[in-house]
Amino acid sequence: MNTAFFSYLANLALALLLAPLLFGVINRVKAKVAGRHGKPLLQTYYDLAKLFRKSEVISPTTGLFFQLAPALQLVAILAALCLLPLGGNASPLAFAGDFLLAAYLLGLGRFAMIVAALETGSSFEGMGASREAAFSALAEPIFFLAISVLTSLHLDLGETHDWAFSLSLLFGGQSAGAWLSGKFELLLLPIVFFLLLLVENSRIPVDDPTTHLELTMIHEVMILDHSGPNLALILYASALKLWFFASLVAGLLVPDLGAMGFLLWIAVIFLVACAIGLVESSMARLRLKRVTTFLGGACAMAALVLIFSQMR
Amino acid sequence: MTDTTFAYHQAIALADLPVYEAEAFAEKLGSCLAQGLRLLCLTALAREAEKTSLLAVFTNDATQKLTAFCAKPLTSLPSLADSYPSVQLFERELFEDYGVKFPGHPWLKPVRQTPDNTPQRYPFFRTDGREVHEVAVGPVHAGIIEPGHFRFQCFGENVLNLEIALGYQHRGLEQCLLQAKPSARLPLLECAAGDTSIGHALAHAVLMERLTGLTVSDRSWHLRRLALELERLANHIGDLGAIAGDTGFLPTSSWNGRIRGDVLTMTAILTGNRFGRGHIAVGGVHNDLDAELCADLIHRLDFARRDALGSVKVMLTSESVLDRLRTTGTVSLKDAKALGLVGVCAKAAGVVCDARLTAPLRPGQNFIPAKCETGDVLARVLVREEEMRASFAMVEDDLCALEEGSPEERGYAPSPILPTGMLAVAQVEGFRGEIVHLAVTNEHSGFQVYKVIDPSFHNWQGLAMALRDNQISDFPLCNKSFNLSYCGYDL
Repeated sequence: MNTAFFSYLANLALALLLAPLLFGVINRVKAKVAGRHGKPLLQTYYDLAKLFRKSEVISPTTGLFFQLAPALQLVAILAALCLLPLGGNASPLAFAGDFLLAAYLLGLGRFAMIVAALETGSSFEGMGASREAAFSALAEPIFFLAISVLTSLHLDLGETHDWAFSLSLLFGGQSAGAWLSGKFELLLLPIVFFLLLLVENSRIPVDDPTTHLELTMIHEVMILDHSGPNLALILYASALKLWFFASLVAGLLVPDLGAMGFLLWIAVIFLVACAIGLVESSMARLRLKRVTTFLGGACAMAALVLIFSQMR
Repeated sequence: MTDTTFAYHQAIALADLPVYEAEAFAEKLGSCLAQGLRLLCLTALAREAEKTSLLAVFTNDATQKLTAFCAKPLTSLPSLADSYPSVQLFERELFEDYGVKFPGHPWLKPVRQTPDNTPQRYPFFRTDGREVHEVAVGPVHAGIIEPGHFRFQCFGENVLNLEIALGYQHRGLEQCLLQAKPSARLPLLECAAGDTSIGHALAHAVLMERLTGLTVSDRSWHLRRLALELERLANHIGDLGAIAGDTGFLPTSSWNGRIRGDVLTMTAILTGNRFGRGHIAVGGVHNDLDAELCADLIHRLDFARRDALGSVKVMLTSESVLDRLRTTGTVSLKDAKALGLVGVCAKAAGVVCDARLTAPLRPGQNFIPAKCETGDVLARVLVREEEMRASFAMVEDDLCALEEGSPEERGYAPSPILPTGMLAVAQVEGFRGEIVHLAVTNEHSGFQVYKVIDPSFHNWQGLAMALRDNQISDFPLCNKSFNLSYCGYDL
């Protein structure tokens, strides 16, 4: 028990340490594909260090919530991350139904940022907030649908009710065991979670993280008024959120390999970052109206897995 | 009185033009527009004791003839803007600069007055409704672009109306030109719109030559066209890259930035300046190429052509890009004609217009302008791609011709003396569209009127129309697909 606990803590520490590197990997992949050298791999760390040293400018139209929101969001995402099985180790906080808590902790963080954006009273940030709310509301049922596929699978495999409703089982390696033993339709699920990752982390084709055009942005426009340490918190929180979603993909792809499984786990997370880089290098952003179609595709894929796995 | 028509390349004495009273002038304007003539310019000739005399110049693109007539000094003229929207900006300009009143104009307000700190002072169009929200963008923008203010009336993500308020860079260029020393005119016009240095300088040189009867040698003509088409290439390549960038499509966006630089380097080899400043001269050009440089440029051109066409092909074969561009920011043929749009956005809507066809600088050429039908962002991309191909071919022709000839053939004309009381017009197809310069000379060998009309002057209205019933998040993409000049409009 104790070794498992410390192993989990070690994996959590790795996540906290390595999360900002994901952005570095994405940017490097994009640069290489475009034939550029690209910024340093550790740029996000430099940015964080710079922002923490800076002072902050706070708009007089904002209130207290504007200053609290970044910290609230970071804590919420951190708490959600602690519910995930990391590196194949079950979370010490795991309980039946923890996926609901994790989903709504992410929701809480998003709510904080949306309210903070509205507090600035800027028309840009208002539009960004409304887009963020609309798309995440559409993404949420897909997340639950995909989870329910996994739950029903594990119930069929004879898991107890308690475990089958916990992230620690669903993403702990047993799911990978299931597709490795012939349930290949389950391989669609990592794709569904990858699409959700693109939506939730404001990546192309849903949002363009590199654009400077306020009118088209979603996530970036909501944080236009933040600066200094609070912006650093937001940047770090988005790195952790990316790690969270990449972990979901890794949790489905990496089988239970015992102690050294975490290496493969982390390798998969960075492969996901490379995949994001490749997607961003090879396709244009969708027009805003089409995002619903994109989400519809992810939803259809999740439903397909459910049907296939129940037909067996 | 009969119409005074003359060939587009002729200068005509102002005294030969018919002069009408206000009512008759307005009727005459209306009948010309009803015949389908295109209004090139409506401007003030002179101002005396609160009254302003006017000059109107129309072109018939099919016959390549111009029609011009004047109005006696007046203070007020019935507006035609309601029936012929292409007149509305000219009327507002006369109202702003000379106080001429236009009863019947739907919204007579200044063209270049900038909205100041008190919003009440600048009358923006407003849409009422509890769920309508207003978005104000600029004049300070993200990124390095020029200042301009955009006011959107939105219903959710949909744009009901876009109003564009410019004028932040108004510097009185036309007034400067009237007072400037002859040697200062070209440098001034090269910064009328900094990315169209060659276009505006060439329009001025052509105008001076038409007024004074100078002729330029064949070799000079090649050297001029070479610079003009290189300018078009650099800008079209840059614009296509910027459009790709706005859709978030990295490959073309990254490559085109570099390829545009290659073309600018070719301009620098030709002229000593990446934007071609100081190349064009009245009566000729200042720079020439020897056979060795021509060979070098042909070599560079081959690489630039291969890279540019390949890069754009990658963009145009990517379904995600095409889906983003198709049906976005559509301008209908009817609107394009009514508003008098010119250049890329007019060709994309199906208008046949190109000064290289309708007013060729060297008669006898048979130029076929690019054309598309759909009027959306994709059409503007395709028009640019087609123009790019044509320009590559023309640049190659010019370089080959120059390689065979020798610099002695260039010749150079001395600085000319301007005749008195003459009117001439120059139309040059810059990369954005038709640049019009119009001048009337005075008795001191200077100008009484010098009018500069950048294609942006007309085309900003097209952008406002393109946004109607589109999504506000499509604005940056539409804006890039028009890529209009702010300072060319502000003057």
